[in-house]
Amino acid sequence: MAEYWNISDEHQEEAKTFFMHAPEPEMSLNFDIAEKDFTNAGKGSAELKNILKRLGVNPEILRRIAVASYEAEINIAAHSVGGTMKSYIYPEFVYVTFNDMGPGIENIEQAMTPGFSTADELVREMGFGAGLGLPNIKKNSDVMHLKSERGKPTKLEIIVYYY
Amino acid sequence: MKLRELVELLEAEVLSSHVDLEREIPCAFSSDLISDILMCTKEATLLLTGLTNPQVIRLADMIDLLGIVFVRGKMPPDELIQMAEERDLPLISTKMTMYRSSGLLYNSGLRSCKI
Repeated sequence: MAEYWNISDEHQEEAKTFFMHAPEPEMSLNFDIAEKDFTNAGKGSAELKNILKRLGVNPEILRRIAVASYEAEINIAAHSVGGTMKSYIYPEFVYVTFNDMGPGIENIEQAMTPGFSTADELVREMGFGAGLGLPNIKKNSDVMHLKSERGKPTKLEIIVYYY
Repeated sequence: MKLRELVELLEAEVLSSHVDLEREIPCAFSSDLISDILMCTKEATLLLTGLTNPQVIRLADMIDLLGIVFVRGKMPPDELIQMAEERDLPLISTKMTMYRSSGLLYNSGLRSCKI
């Protein structure tokens, strides 16, 4: 199973603690994302952003959370046979997981390369498929963990801290 | 630049109802790639695009868009117009190309958004 980790320098310690024993979140939200459903993809991220906005999260952090989770939702709609987005809201950060039902990423390193894309014509016509989805998730998150292999489900987890 | 001046410059049509034409537009960004728009815009901005699928409105849920100009005479579906109205997001359509629209607006003092 191939894996990719990226943790920002400022949050190494917090991230380590979190993955050792994840505490109970204050709130959680679930969204199903269906294959090629570009009418609904993005709703989960919009809802998450609205909730965090009401909780008073800084607009620049909100933008990062929304962009990272929206790109991940689009990835599920565009590339998988469907999956779920689960958001866990904590007082100082948000943890979001994206689990799909396959078909997996053949080469994670290649998929992380800006400009590399396997998107089909339909997806490209809609303005996606620039090959910037995963790089954009990396850029806008403090922690990114991607686990995938060909023929298997893909799991992506991200954390964005509010500070 | 006020929305009203922008509509005149681009000889454009306002597609959504209840648009405040006195709304001030400080900057703009032009692109047909959603990831680019997400990656590049660091402040509330006007968007010029040829994309007319509902994901353009989802985009406006993620980043702060002050309005959308559809270039090259593209007309969005009614569904999209309705989604924009729910969000109080002005929609404008011009027959001009993206290059010409951007050039005219830039020359008239509308700056690029921070990227």
